[in-house]
Amino acid sequence: MYRYDEFDHDFVKARVAEFSDQVERRLAGEITEDQFRPLRLMNGVYLQLHAYMLRIAVPYGTLNSKQLRMLGHIARKYDKGYGHFTTRQNIQFNWPALSDIPAILADLASVEMHAIQTSGNCIRNVTADHFAGAAADEVADPRPYAEILRQWSSVHPEFSYLPRKFKIAVTGAERDRAAIQTHDIGLHLKKNDKGELGFAVYVGGGQGRTPMVGKKIRDFLPEEHLLSYTTAILRVYNLYGRRDNKYKARIKILVHETGVDEITRQVEAEWQALKDGELKLPEADVAAIQAYFAPPSLAARPEGDEAIKVARLDSKSFGEWLDQNVFTHRNPDYAAVTISLKGIGEAPGDATDSQMEAVADIAERYAFDEIRVSHEQNLILPHVARADLRAVYDALVAIDLATANSNLITDIIACPGLDYCALANARSISVAQDISRRFASLERQRDIGELKLKISGCINACGHHHVGHIGILGVEKKGAELYQVTLGGSADEHTSVGEIIGRGFGPEEITDAIETIVETYLRIRNDASEKFLDAYRRVGPAPFKEALYASEAKAA
Amino acid sequence: MKVLTANRLTDGEAVWFSAAGSWAETIDGADVVADKDGEARLEAIGKAAFDNNEVVDVNVIDVDVVAGVIKPQRLREVIRAAGPTNRLDLGKQARPAAGAA
Ligand code: HEM
Ligand code: SF4
Repeated sequence: MYRYDEFDHDFVKARVAEFSDQVERRLAGEITEDQFRPLRLMNGVYLQLHAYMLRIAVPYGTLNSKQLRMLGHIARKYDKGYGHFTTRQNIQFNWPALSDIPAILADLASVEMHAIQTSGNCIRNVTADHFAGAAADEVADPRPYAEILRQWSSVHPEFSYLPRKFKIAVTGAERDRAAIQTHDIGLHLKKNDKGELGFAVYVGGGQGRTPMVGKKIRDFLPEEHLLSYTTAILRVYNLYGRRDNKYKARIKILVHETGVDEITRQVEAEWQALKDGELKLPEADVAAIQAYFAPPSLAARPEGDEAIKVARLDSKSFGEWLDQNVFTHRNPDYAAVTISLKGIGEAPGDATDSQMEAVADIAERYAFDEIRVSHEQNLILPHVARADLRAVYDALVAIDLATANSNLITDIIACPGLDYCALANARSISVAQDISRRFASLERQRDIGELKLKISGCINACGHHHVGHIGILGVEKKGAELYQVTLGGSADEHTSVGEIIGRGFGPEEITDAIETIVETYLRIRNDASEKFLDAYRRVGPAPFKEALYASEAKAA
Repeated sequence: MKVLTANRLTDGEAVWFSAAGSWAETIDGADVVADKDGEARLEAIGKAAFDNNEVVDVNVIDVDVVAGVIKPQRLREVIRAAGPTNRLDLGKQARPAAGAA
């Protein structure tokens, strides 16, 4: 994986020193909150309901064991023994004291991590497919390009005060696991007919109060033009993006108001002036970054198939975990493993200090020292020999992280909601926990099949509810929590925004409503191979509306 | 009825202005006011404490007093005064005193 060079080390160290000084001056009363607030946000420090919150970047979701161990250490020493992995492949600590943050940042810097640009109107942490570098269906590892973008965008003088925040995601596979069409820029790394690498470029995707699916403005951008083209997009946005109204300031609104053809024309015109200049990526530089992401040398381990056959017979639950949480690796002797942070009844995305340390140990021993954070709020071991899967499973069982629910209804995305977040209208975690308990039976979950349920505690949509097959949005009505349900959203290569199904549900009704929706799906699906989303796309909302609201309509 | 609340600058801890005239870590002993004058007084105290860099995010919030117990009206403030509803071991609700009260 990428290692800081001298420049990176000095840069992060200088930033820690600068922010430590700012914190000190704030605590001494030398600067006011109004002066300090933008400074703390630039360094990932928010204020929530109960305390400050520190958001730490996990660039393109990649961690080594030393880094994950450090996160565990921070959770124990400075926080309350846990952290929350988020949909942006970041981790958030919910209880740090402001006075401890300089020490936390120094600890992070010692393992090449930081919280820079995790907030503010700048280019945020670039996210990537969590199976990058491992997936069998991938054309090439997208992370070197994410790293190039990270280096280019870090304190970029021209793009540090954009009209609004800016999020970029990359994937290297046809099957989109990075939700690229919900980002300001989505990049799909692919090969053209000549076998050259380049990107399909999407712009103007986003969630929040005005969800939009990204529009493809270029089908193939040669890789050497990554930065010149991205710069062209950002220049157009920086110039014309609205600064008068923060609800209209994202690039999605600019694309929508200007029209795709015109935006494309503007970007291409800007690009013509840039494309052969200094932003053109020299092949040697790309190769140098790629070298950091060279896959581990995977020794032949052909004994895996036999070992798995035996282990399956020995343990039914191991077999279930294998079916659900193990993903095809490009090397047939290996697999990628999803470590579910969605234990039944647990808060989605939370991991304790000792779990983080134990996962770090497992990664060190069995997974070439690599861990990924997925935007679905799980951890991933990207390279595990199939022969070692049983040992990994047993080690995960020991720390309560072997829930076999990847991509099932209890693999819920949920934002922190009103239990932590100062912007929330309603709780998310408690709804997730309730639904998780209701659908605890793995047999039932597997019968239901792939179902992505996503919950946000307000319209900002941090919990991706717009693109959940079932989305739940918490709102406040007359001082009480109310949950609005959307159906038919999706965040893959066929991204769609869900449709509101009808009136909302109170906290004590919402789990029943979800169950009604699921039961309706089971009734109408053609057969067990027709997934929830496919069935919904085939029949539309009518049968679901009928099941949810018909008795009411009759009573009225 | 209203009370004054904020988060302490140094560690972000949620605090309420108490009848004893200081910032307390629980809502129990908060200075409850019932009229405009009281509200104006709390607002002035909040502003002074903010200006003095003791607290941030200062708010005067609506509460009811039921059998001597102060209850915030909005769920947001109930959760601030207690802690995350999914983690009863965290926040104010986890303190022995809160259980005893
Ligand atoms: C202090 C806590 C948080 C605050 C103040 C916050 C604030 C916001 C705001 C204001 C937006 C709307 C942006 C817009 O529409 O322009 C937003 C969107 C978003 N946030 Fe958060 N958020 C918080 C926590 C989180 C967490 C925990 C996650 C991950 C689980 C997250 C991930 C996202 C995502 C994915 C979006 C939607 C994508 C988009 O930008 O369109 N945020 N957030
Ligand atoms: S969606 Fe709303 S409630 Fe949830 S984390 Fe984002 S801002 Fe907070």
